Amino acid sequence: MGYLHISNLQKSFGPTQVVKDFNLSVEKGEFISFLGPSGCGKTTTLRMVAGFETPSAGTIQIEGRDIVRLRPNQRNIGMVFQSYALFPNLTVADNVGFGLRVAGVSRAERAERVAEMLGIVGLGEYGARYPFQLSGGQQQRVALARALAVRPQVLLLDEPLSALDAKIRVSLREEIRAIQRKLGITTIYVTHDQEEALSMSDRIVVMNNGVAEQVAAPYEIYNRPTTRFVANFVGTLNLIEAQVADGPAGVVEIGGTPLPLGRPVQGATVALALRPESVSLVPASGRDVPLPAEISEVHFLGSVIRIRARVGTASLSLDTFNTPDAPPPPVGEQARIWLNPRDLMVLEE
Amino acid sequence: MRMQRVWAWVALAFGLVYFFLPLIGTVEFSLRMRRGEYSLDAYRVVLSDPRFQQTFSYSVVMALCTIVVGVLIVVPTAYWVRLRLPRLRPIVEFVTLLPLVIPPIVIVFGYIRMYNTSSFLPLTGSATGTNFLLMMGYTTLALPYMYRAVDTGLRAIDIRTLTEAAQSLGAGWFTIMARVIMPNVLVAILSGAFLTFAIVIGEFVLAALLNRPAFGPYLQLVGANRAYEPAALAVIAFSITWICMGLIQLVTRFSRHTQARR
Ligand SMILES: Nc1ncnc2c1ncn2[C@@H]1O[C@H](COP(=O)(O)OP(=O)(O)OP(=O)(O)O)[C@@H](O)[C@H]1O
Ligand SMILES: [Mg+2]
Repeated sequence: MGYLHISNLQKSFGPTQVVKDFNLSVEKGEFISFLGPSGCGKTTTLRMVAGFETPSAGTIQIEGRDIVRLRPNQRNIGMVFQSYALFPNLTVADNVGFGLRVAGVSRAERAERVAEMLGIVGLGEYGARYPFQLSGGQQQRVALARALAVRPQVLLLDEPLSALDAKIRVSLREEIRAIQRKLGITTIYVTHDQEEALSMSDRIVVMNNGVAEQVAAPYEIYNRPTTRFVANFVGTLNLIEAQVADGPAGVVEIGGTPLPLGRPVQGATVALALRPESVSLVPASGRDVPLPAEISEVHFLGSVIRIRARVGTASLSLDTFNTPDAPPPPVGEQARIWLNPRDLMVLEE
Repeated sequence: MRMQRVWAWVALAFGLVYFFLPLIGTVEFSLRMRRGEYSLDAYRVVLSDPRFQQTFSYSVVMALCTIVVGVLIVVPTAYWVRLRLPRLRPIVEFVTLLPLVIPPIVIVFGYIRMYNTSSFLPLTGSATGTNFLLMMGYTTLALPYMYRAVDTGLRAIDIRTLTEAAQSLGAGWFTIMARVIMPNVLVAILSGAFLTFAIVIGEFVLAALLNRPAFGPYLQLVGANRAYEPAALAVIAFSITWICMGLIQLVTRFSRHTQARR
């Protein structure tokens, strides 16, 4: 059992079930992201862990202790909000020291800890300022320092970067990750930005309709999505309905070309997924198989050229790098595209 | 176009005359106690009257108590309604408006009936009890202003997220009220407080019918028996109201300086 253990968690608002049977076990020091479309229940799940919503059913345990019955201020869980939520009437230092003061930490000890935390988030000089005198990125760092100052057992962040502009978002997410590693704090990070989730997380929980569709490392999520939703939501993806030629041997046909999947499949057709970067106009390795295709669209995106090609009834996107000595094929040309059958992902429903 | 402008100026001038003429008249009259020349004699007489000092300080103390009680009732209520019971807001707002439509005389007769010496709670039987009753009456009269001021102040901050942030840092309700909510609506509380002060200082009906030595009944008494002093008193009372208004402005300006751009 993990450090933070969530089992069979459910939440309904009136008749609508927003979180349905959510299970997750988080190891100590792990960085977990909740990734999913708007309204899928990420915030609601996080708020149940924080204690701001009461679960309709299920348990949440930290170090084996059920915390569902504890009030938010008894849980020792840090929270960072999208809107920063700094106390406007307090200076940066007083904001960071708020939790320590509530806990009855002496003034001297408090000052020391506040200075340490402000140092960690790189705002050592800003203690005497008021929140309104800081930029959004700085405010969010103060909020992070404030949440971490009381040494919470778990840190929760609900889309902490989505109010910031793109550049700061990237630099701050790296900083947050570095601080999290340094302090070794168990963290849950909510986002609907897949790049954020993929780049920061130890593991990602892809959520849809109140269910955790897949829980796995970013590499797994991207390369071996287990459901159609995950495959579709993370990255760009070709979805192919292929005919099964020989189920037990795992051979399927796309546009008449037999392709061995290397694992048995059932039924007459099977849903396959394929990343655009796994398809190319020239063979990338000895294992690649050619498929006859017709070029239907060419999009020049700068360093990458995205091409759509028709293979039988299927339409595939493929990405090729732009090189000056290999101009893209014209639309309508009959060509061969290459792919490694092992890159084909079989989607369970 | 030109005609419209002219009429606008005429209307404004009429308004100003309507408003200021009686005021100027009162001020002028209050200065004429000494025959043949302007003097502050009327003010001297009024200010040295021990009854003035007694009733005025009584009303000031009552006003301060009313403000404290009003704040303690209104701030948590408005906060809780905004945080947890947003659907009740129209109802609560309606209730807080009731004192504007129910005349004070109705309120005070209700009090006298409810809390007379033969009732279950004989508040009117003692001076302290009556003072308490009077203060609660004042609180009721000031409720619409206090509630509106505080509610507007609460709207300006994201109380829900601030509350949750404080909770996640371990704060209980008392800490949240005292260290997060109150300081952030202080300006609103102060403007409500000044309005309350102005109302209580000039209030007549409740104090007279409960027979307490407040400033309002004293004003009336002097007005009925003297010539120049009532004018001086009116000017004094009016100045207090205006000073309160000015202080509201000042506090608002001051706070904008320290808490701009939230
Ligand atoms: N207090 C509430 N009362 C009723 N419905 C609610 C409440 N809070 C959330 N919901 C509903 O629950 C669903 C999930 O909401 P939630 O905020 O968890 O989504 P989310 O995944 O965080 O989305 P986003 O990415 O937009 O923040 C939504 O359909 C929302 O309308
Ligand atoms: Mg959300």
